[in-house]
Amino acid sequence: MTDAHTTGSHGTGPFIAAIDQGTTSSRCIVFDKDGRIVSVDQKEHEQIFPKPGWVEHDAAEIWENVQEVVAGAIVKAGITAADVKAIGITNQRETTLLWDKHTGEPVHNALVWQDTRTDGLCKELGRNVGQDRFRRETGLPLASYFAGPKVRWLLDNVEGLRERAERGDILFGTMDSWVIWNLTGGTDGGVHVTDVTNASRTLLMNLHTMQWDEKICSSIGVPMAVLPEIRSSAEVYGNAKGGVLEGVPVASALGDQQAALFGQTCFAEGEAKSTYGTGTFMLMNTGGTPVNSYNGLLTTVGYQIGDKPPVYALEGSIAVTGSLVQWMRDQMGLIQSAAEIETLASSVEDNGGAYFVPAFSGLFAPYWRPDARGVIAGLTRYVTKAHIARAVLEATAWQTREISDAMTKDSGVELTALKVDGGMTSNNLLMQTLADFLDAPVVRPMVAETTCLGAAYAAGLAVGFWPDTDALRANWRRAAEWTPRMDADTRAREYKSWLKAVERTMGWLDDEE
Amino acid sequence: MAKNIQSLERAAAMLRLLAGGERRLGLSDIASSLGLAKGTAHGILRTLQHEGFVEQDSASGRYQLGAELLRLGNSYLDVHELRARALVWTDDLARSSGESVHLGVLHQQGVLIVHHVFRPDDSRQVLEVGAMQPLHSTALGKVLAAYDPVAHTEAVESERRSFTPRTVTDPEEFETVLDVVRARGWGSDVEETWEGVAAVAAPIHDRRRMPVGAIAVTGAVERVCQGGELRPELVAAVRDCARAVSRDLGARRF
Repeated sequence: MTDAHTTGSHGTGPFIAAIDQGTTSSRCIVFDKDGRIVSVDQKEHEQIFPKPGWVEHDAAEIWENVQEVVAGAIVKAGITAADVKAIGITNQRETTLLWDKHTGEPVHNALVWQDTRTDGLCKELGRNVGQDRFRRETGLPLASYFAGPKVRWLLDNVEGLRERAERGDILFGTMDSWVIWNLTGGTDGGVHVTDVTNASRTLLMNLHTMQWDEKICSSIGVPMAVLPEIRSSAEVYGNAKGGVLEGVPVASALGDQQAALFGQTCFAEGEAKSTYGTGTFMLMNTGGTPVNSYNGLLTTVGYQIGDKPPVYALEGSIAVTGSLVQWMRDQMGLIQSAAEIETLASSVEDNGGAYFVPAFSGLFAPYWRPDARGVIAGLTRYVTKAHIARAVLEATAWQTREISDAMTKDSGVELTALKVDGGMTSNNLLMQTLADFLDAPVVRPMVAETTCLGAAYAAGLAVGFWPDTDALRANWRRAAEWTPRMDADTRAREYKSWLKAVERTMGWLDDEE
Repeated sequence: MAKNIQSLERAAAMLRLLAGGERRLGLSDIASSLGLAKGTAHGILRTLQHEGFVEQDSASGRYQLGAELLRLGNSYLDVHELRARALVWTDDLARSSGESVHLGVLHQQGVLIVHHVFRPDDSRQVLEVGAMQPLHSTALGKVLAAYDPVAHTEAVESERRSFTPRTVTDPEEFETVLDVVRARGWGSDVEETWEGVAAVAAPIHDRRRMPVGAIAVTGAVERVCQGGELRPELVAAVRDCARAVSRDLGARRF
């Protein structure tokens, strides 16, 4: 990233290229052996909103962009395919695509994870059991995010598609499969695979066998013929055919949040990472056993390296974190830039008794209450906009605490430290508050691009670029650490008030609709 | 108390007059509204125009408020914005130099640390965000004093304590040090604040070329210096980093 004469700069390689096929853009980052960034290229793609609640991507555009950013990053790094030992893939999870295996043409736009068109279908599929019908096998509730019901929707709504699918002419994939199939030749021998982490987000894979569950596939209505082969997250799936990386092994695939877990080197049971963006995703490594959640978390695959046993994770997500700060800026006009929230919040010592629960579209983990709506509680004449700003930051920290508590309850493992990444980690007050509320150290690594780094690490392991996970740990560098400073009484009292405020959000909507 | 300065009062009255709604006024309107001779009014307007507080429409010759007034209200760069912009660059600097990185701004009579990246080894380190450093002896402080006139005044007028035998406290000697900083574009501190510690710093400029802060690499003197000189590749890396942050803030290349 720095120009020429940086000390100890990345010499002559070799390198690993990571492709991050994300929700708003595709990126390619070239890493050196120390895990340092050599070059980056990025291109956004169109967000298509055909109806309220529907979100689609043009998969052909995405593949174009992926090729472009790969070429761009290689040129910027001033290297050739010969310098690149492997390609790693990470991707927006759950986004669903069906394409014709003879022509390589998508049969419809990809249905993006945020798309809620399958809400009704999921309710229907729950039958008398409800949304936990497949939880024991898949670790997931029946919800519109996940890929399985999206496949069913496409088969039901694209004319003639089901027949073509049953004949074996149609391939299904999340974006990892789409990118790998195209990279390895597409219609000319492209490999049709997915990795365990992406497969664990379809509602179709059995977490205990790591195979597609025939019974569930038939219940949801997905023919087995369309499904990719499930492989580990770190192995050579095939070699790139055509393009600037011709011949380079394609050697990893990880869903974006799992890639961040990997990039943060959370390789031991109990290690957790939290990524603070618009929303927040927290994952905790639970080792070799899938832990059932009774506290509203998801059970998912963390990663699997080659033929080693898979490593599982618990996942909790917070819908509104960074987006609450944006809301304060754009809708309320209380600040001019996102960074200013810290200035405003720092101008007071505490929240002045105010609590802000941003249940803008209901409460997510661990409550799952769609009838909830946001509240600001505890208002008095004393409260200023600075107190509200403080309450905004505290909301992110308390929600993290709630997820962490749920993880401890489900797994029996206490959080020893939280590794953080994402844009909001530049907010020093938030990071300190997080350490205070969690009563655990909060640690920021030196490479902010943990998602791409995770994909690069997995690919590098697969081709022997790095010998083992210990070598990756040795690459991890602490950029900052916040230690708890709050006394236990204050923490307990504040948490109680927060929970009271949360209670007040529930039941706001009379009807679940 | 002495009387207020009449020309400033008149200038203020003119700005208020021009601020009343979205209007452009001619010289004679302004002069008659304020009961001034045209020549007097013109002199004041010309000065305001020179400072950018007033603009003259070239077609009609009428006057209106200048863009500088708007900038005046928004010119303060939020330090948290500064940290957010500096994050990736300072991480990379710490990683490539192997030393800790600090980002400092002027605050009262010293340097306020607004961002700190740990030295990339496994040693125990404490986050120093919020700490204050002296202006006259640290690399960050000297860079700020060299480029920011307010920091300069603070450094010159406050007491310059001697922390080590190498601390420069004499006023003339101190000015010479600042001249060197300006000439080279970077500042240093070799055991002038802490024994055994050396640092290199470079200035960050915003889009108006205003000095808004400084970035420093700090480490053990035997690592930061080589043969009695600061390691040139370290100096280059710090300057690159400061330039990259400045570019992100919209400063043009310099």
